[in-house]
Amino acid sequence: MKSIISLILLSVIALGIAISLDKIPFGVPKTKIGDYYIDKGREETGAANIVTSVVVNYRCFDTLGEVTILFIAAIGLGAVLATRRKKEKREIEPASLVLYAGCRFLFPLILLFGAYISIHGHLTPGGGFQGGVVVASAFLLAYLGCRGRRVSETGIKTVESLGGLVFIVVGLVGLAVGGHYFLSNFLSKGELNSLFSAGVIPIIYIAIGLKVGSELTGVIDHLVEESE
Amino acid sequence: MTFLHDYIYYIGAFGLIFIGLFIMLVKHNLIKVIIGLSILETGVNLFLIAVGYISKGTAPIFSNSAVESERMVDPVPQALVLTAIVIGVAVLALALSLAIRLYHHYGVLDLRKIKEQRW
Repeated sequence: MKSIISLILLSVIALGIAISLDKIPFGVPKTKIGDYYIDKGREETGAANIVTSVVVNYRCFDTLGEVTILFIAAIGLGAVLATRRKKEKREIEPASLVLYAGCRFLFPLILLFGAYISIHGHLTPGGGFQGGVVVASAFLLAYLGCRGRRVSETGIKTVESLGGLVFIVVGLVGLAVGGHYFLSNFLSKGELNSLFSAGVIPIIYIAIGLKVGSELTGVIDHLVEESE
Repeated sequence: MTFLHDYIYYIGAFGLIFIGLFIMLVKHNLIKVIIGLSILETGVNLFLIAVGYISKGTAPIFSNSAVESERMVDPVPQALVLTAIVIGVAVLALALSLAIRLYHHYGVLDLRKIKEQRW
């Protein structure tokens, strides 16, 4: 009965959406601002990746809000899960030798890959968010493969705060030095398609990478702790 | 057939959205509801990307100097979806942590049985 009502409701919604989508043709340019970013983005920000220049230069203040949402969600997860104190520490069965050795071999490589993606965000697809997730996946591998290893909670908090602090400080310095607005690009733009280019974009993306990586590692740490 | 060819991304995106909504409306298991939320979110992201697509467009990255700027897809929806994916991960983790707490408290994940306890 409930599913029949749901199906009727959904088909009514689908009909409305189909009628309105009829006015939005697929594959034609729809916004003018997109063309502006593609034409002027290289000169104005110095980044080869236009998506990065939108996220970290034109709309950097929104990105700060997004990082804050991620921070609040990580804090909320910690608060929800941390109310139950652990009583006794159970004995964990250690991983086999092959698993342990493979995990120790792969862990630094994945960290390196995450750092590469974070740093090259203004040149290639990727950036701080993606690199941070890759770094967190390295810690997930360590939790699954090398059982019993733990990331120190103080270390996670320190790196996370450092990332957020760098973001804010770069924004405030931009306000004081560069222009009349928060997070303005005050460093030299450099040569297009070189690593040291695009002003503050690589610095902010490294900070975001550290912050996202440590936050997601904290989330994984809380969930693993809860499951044991 | 040309209708299907032109609008296949819209159809796929809204297919995912409706599958997710249907799961959220009908299922009683809390984990399945969260899975439905995740599918719904994937559909919304796919729809936003599909709106920004331009026929025969490439990714808006000037790594290769031979790339011309005439045929590039709209970068604004892509930046928006980059934001939405990260927030989606955070929301998913928070929802799962709440599900864990509920399971510890009631011992069941079935929403009907939790309702009977009058909280």
